[in-house]
Amino acid sequence: MNVLRALGLIFMLVVSPAAHAQADEAALRGIITDFAISKNFRETEQIVRELSATGDPAAARVLTALADGNVAFRKADKAVFIVREQAGKSMLLDPLTGEEAGQAAGGELTKVKVNNGLRRTIREALATLTLASPNPAIRQQAADTMFAAPDPTAIEALDAAIEAEAIPAVKQHMIEARASAVLFSALPEAEKLAAIAIIGERGDRAALSLLAGYQARAEGALKEAATAAISNIQSTLALWNAAQNVWYGISLGSVLLLAAIGLAITFGVMGVINMAHGEMVMLGAYTTFVVQNVIRASYPELFDWSLAIALPLAFLVAGGVGMVMERGLIRFLYGRPLETLLATWGVSLVLQQAVRTIFGPTNREVGNPSWMSGSFDLGQMAITWNRLWIVVFALAVFALLLYVLNRTPWGLQMRAVTQNRRMASSMGIRTPRIDALTFALGSGIAGMAGVALSQGDNVSPDLGQGYIIDSFMVVVFGGVGNLWGTLVGAFSLGILNKFLEPYAGAVLGKILVLVLLILFIQKRPRGLFALRGRAVEA
Amino acid sequence: MRGTIATMSAGLLAAGLALTPAAAQEDTIKVGVLHSLSGTMAISETTLKDTMLFLIEEQNRKGGLLGKKLEAVVVDPASDWPLFAEKARELLAVNKVAAVFGCWTSVSRKSVLPVFEELNGLLFYPVQYEGEESQRNVFYTGAAPNQQAIPAVDYLMNEEGVERWVLAGTDYVYPQTTNKILQAYLASKGVAPEDIMINYTPFGHSDWQTIVTDIKNFGSAGKKTAVVSTINGDANVPFYKELANQGIKAEDIPVVAFSVGEEELAGIDTGPLVGHLTAWNYFQSVDTSENAEFIAAWKAFIKDDKRVTNDPMEAHYIGFNMWVKAVEKAGTTDPDAVIDAIVGVSVPNLSGGYSAMMPNHHITKPVLIGEIQADGQMETVWETPGLVVGDEWSDYLPDSKDLIADWRAPLSCGNFNVATGKCGGKGIN
Repeated sequence: MNVLRALGLIFMLVVSPAAHAQADEAALRGIITDFAISKNFRETEQIVRELSATGDPAAARVLTALADGNVAFRKADKAVFIVREQAGKSMLLDPLTGEEAGQAAGGELTKVKVNNGLRRTIREALATLTLASPNPAIRQQAADTMFAAPDPTAIEALDAAIEAEAIPAVKQHMIEARASAVLFSALPEAEKLAAIAIIGERGDRAALSLLAGYQARAEGALKEAATAAISNIQSTLALWNAAQNVWYGISLGSVLLLAAIGLAITFGVMGVINMAHGEMVMLGAYTTFVVQNVIRASYPELFDWSLAIALPLAFLVAGGVGMVMERGLIRFLYGRPLETLLATWGVSLVLQQAVRTIFGPTNREVGNPSWMSGSFDLGQMAITWNRLWIVVFALAVFALLLYVLNRTPWGLQMRAVTQNRRMASSMGIRTPRIDALTFALGSGIAGMAGVALSQGDNVSPDLGQGYIIDSFMVVVFGGVGNLWGTLVGAFSLGILNKFLEPYAGAVLGKILVLVLLILFIQKRPRGLFALRGRAVEA
Repeated sequence: MRGTIATMSAGLLAAGLALTPAAAQEDTIKVGVLHSLSGTMAISETTLKDTMLFLIEEQNRKGGLLGKKLEAVVVDPASDWPLFAEKARELLAVNKVAAVFGCWTSVSRKSVLPVFEELNGLLFYPVQYEGEESQRNVFYTGAAPNQQAIPAVDYLMNEEGVERWVLAGTDYVYPQTTNKILQAYLASKGVAPEDIMINYTPFGHSDWQTIVTDIKNFGSAGKKTAVVSTINGDANVPFYKELANQGIKAEDIPVVAFSVGEEELAGIDTGPLVGHLTAWNYFQSVDTSENAEFIAAWKAFIKDDKRVTNDPMEAHYIGFNMWVKAVEKAGTTDPDAVIDAIVGVSVPNLSGGYSAMMPNHHITKPVLIGEIQADGQMETVWETPGLVVGDEWSDYLPDSKDLIADWRAPLSCGNFNVATGKCGGKGIN
């Protein structure tokens, strides 16, 4: 008898959790089938709330899929599945377990429609369901979502999560989420004041948004506390905003630097006004496009290396075109700056039309490799990866050029020709050859700049036109022929532009920069760091 | 010797001239296509040129018009607004086209208006615009603000609960006038001026870092914020890329764009844009048999399965069919006759209804609000229950609320002021 009872107990203990689990699963499946009969967004939202109310983490899978637009039901039997597109076919997955449950052709399925409001609801539902996830990043994400969308009924769940949390960083986020929930609950004032303190400590934009929303409806001591916290956060954010503007100025400056540095060399060393400089940048951008096309077609796994592959090719292409231009056209026009200007303007038109004929007049898509997308946070500043890499690249190119100019024999000859052409010639330096190589170097650097700039700008035959004016501006401001002048010029113009932009707007900001530049040139016609260079004589 | 050569060349010239009329024009009706095929607007306008070629070929297959074949005359004004006027003059005076289908930006349309008035040509303008205009020689088959901008703002206010607004546009007449109308509209709905942020950028602007950060900051005031974007051309591509890079999600700060459609999204990775909104009168995803036929025929014509259809293409479809019907009704391509015949003409649209040409030279259209999907298509999330009549003189601006346009006799006026009972309220007439 006792054995039987013991066996019975063991049986019950083993079976009942399983039975319990089965009952839960059945309940969940019951709710999930409703997705197929939902007639509009409000009904779907209702179903999502029901799933969330079960508190069962197993519902997280189907909710995540729904937010991504991957939940569909079969028209024939209204069975609900998660859909994964694979090689043109729709693989069906079980909504709770994620196991494969067959395939379907496109016409057999109807997608469950989602809109922004629904995605918000799903995100909040997921937060409550994944608060106990084994993955700390997911737990932190859940806490952040709950912070932004305070729900007083979640205080208990948050308390339990805080108890169980081992990682301090995640715990802090959960404490902040709890504070935000407390603020919107019916708890006593002392607790709410403590909550405001915690939220104020957090001090980021989400905290500011939350407090601003709360302050509008608060009264008395709470309102004062909220207002004080808000102004604290705002003054901190104002400092971060200024830092952010400096960063934007640096990134704009790096773009200007890349575009202008090649021009600094050709204009500086040879005094040649090269109106086709922007087209060299454009050629570099199109080289990137061609390289990416080849990679996309034949070696798709190399896509992240596409820029590294494109760099030397762009240098060669643009440098080659530059050398041809110098040997074939500019050599005959030395000492005649107006003719050079007109001739190179003509070449720029020819290059633009050539590219237009070969590639078509519309924009070409140049993709960002994965390491160039997204951003990371530095304090309260968001730094985007593509801009960061462009800054790094610009400084690397600058360092490379400095090295070439100052440490190589070729660079020595270039500097000699810049300072005194006749003397250099008498010393046995073959000045025509140096001219050709210098021009090729300047154009090649512009081509490399084009590879970087293709990541941020539209690639079209007119790409160069947007950079030619800016390049001349930087070179004239910084001092012709001086690399350091170009660096300082580019970054100061970039930062100046970015500081003017919030107040004057993009259009007026640019105008003001140009006006200031004109006034500056009146005072110092040779730019910031003047160099005693000479125009090439015939 | 010189004399002989001179006589011989004169003789050859005369022969050549004599031959030309004989070898002459086959009897065709010429249709002008005035769309930018290069420059910053090429991303949007090139497909409209292809659409016109497609429609003309379809019409020729049905037997042409008035027994003659249609011939397309394509010019490229290259996103250069003064060049639009020159090319329009070339189409009307030199090529003697019967009608012109073209323009996109309002500045290009404003540039060509004097030409069409002077040479009495017909312009079918397929793009959503800011209103405040009604010309005798122009037929506006795109949306007026009450057929796009106002319903979009209503959707955001009512369905998404938006309380703070960023009005971001390109720096020219369309965004500026639309924003004036929207400001007046929002004020009439009780939105305070400090809850509206306005921002303009030049065509082709590519450095959106500061502006996107400003949008983030503006949206951190505790109230739901949305961006109403009238940014035109390829500046949209770096704008959306920057939004994605800085992590602004559509659930938090949705962006509703009026000049971004399937075509502009075709060249970019739309993964990060899912959930952002567009407001048009037609989407490629509209599920009707007319639309399915149109898309199939278009893909067969252009020989590319990846090409998309969009709202301005549907506007050209409607406008072209209206012109054909009006010419058939009038029995001639003479502009004055067509202008008289076209009012009241009704043709099917691609969303299962009919579109009629109203006396103010605007048409009736449904309004659809859609969310961008990962594949670059739009999913309709809201639509007007019926058709909306285009109202070019906005009721929300004090200058224009008393104005109507009616080009039928006896009124024949583009800006008739109902309060004073006089024609000539404002604008070119």
